[in-house]
Amino acid sequence: MSQKTFAVALMDAPYESENLTTAFRILDAMAQRGHNINVFAYEGASGLAFAKQAPHPNPVHGKNLAEENHPTTKDQVAALLALAAKNGGKVDWVNCGMCVDERGVGEFVADTRRGSPADFHTFCEASDNVLVIPTK
Amino acid sequence: MAEYLLIESRDPFESNEVGYYCELARGLVEAGNQVTLFLIQNAVLAVRPSAQTPKLRALVGSGVKILADDFALKGRGIAKLLDGVQTAPIDIVVDHLEAGHKIIWH
Repeated sequence: MSQKTFAVALMDAPYESENLTTAFRILDAMAQRGHNINVFAYEGASGLAFAKQAPHPNPVHGKNLAEENHPTTKDQVAALLALAAKNGGKVDWVNCGMCVDERGVGEFVADTRRGSPADFHTFCEASDNVLVIPTK
Repeated sequence: MAEYLLIESRDPFESNEVGYYCELARGLVEAGNQVTLFLIQNAVLAVRPSAQTPKLRALVGSGVKILADDFALKGRGIAKLLDGVQTAPIDIVVDHLEAGHKIIWH
């Protein structure tokens, strides 16, 4: 299969919805195949790449930080970018600017950027196909 | 004729809209389209043979291809599926995207 470009809209906030687990599985499959991926992180999803997310221990289960190995979405975003690059694809990850400002999550992991819904329109026009994952 | 991938993520016992989504799948097939219904997350609860899910069961044999996400099935301990439903990996979403099919997520 030749390289394609896909636009993906995410809306769910980190750590709240199984939609994101599924979304990252789909994004991973795209990156494994070397496709270009344009992600528009809207509403709560604008916090996915927030750089100040921190893993935590789990004292209730008696686990320290390393044992708990708590995943953060910022690390998942960074891993996606790295995987795509390794396989010849490119990820353009845009965080909705107004959504970011509302939530105070304006510090992003490297190689993601601030944007607006107009970017999603541009993504759709430039992509071979589009996947919109709405909130419930 | 168009080809559709309808992704259902909702638990049919929690949302009546799942039934409407099954009706959408049927309507699209009856209009001459090709339709795959991919059940993910809690939507896979509907494929247990003992589940009372008449709207989904009515789709079996209707021309709608019904798939259930292997990851979601495994996480919920569901090994036995309703006849007419097949297990599929998440990669099938990318297959449909690559093919230019219309993808709708519910």
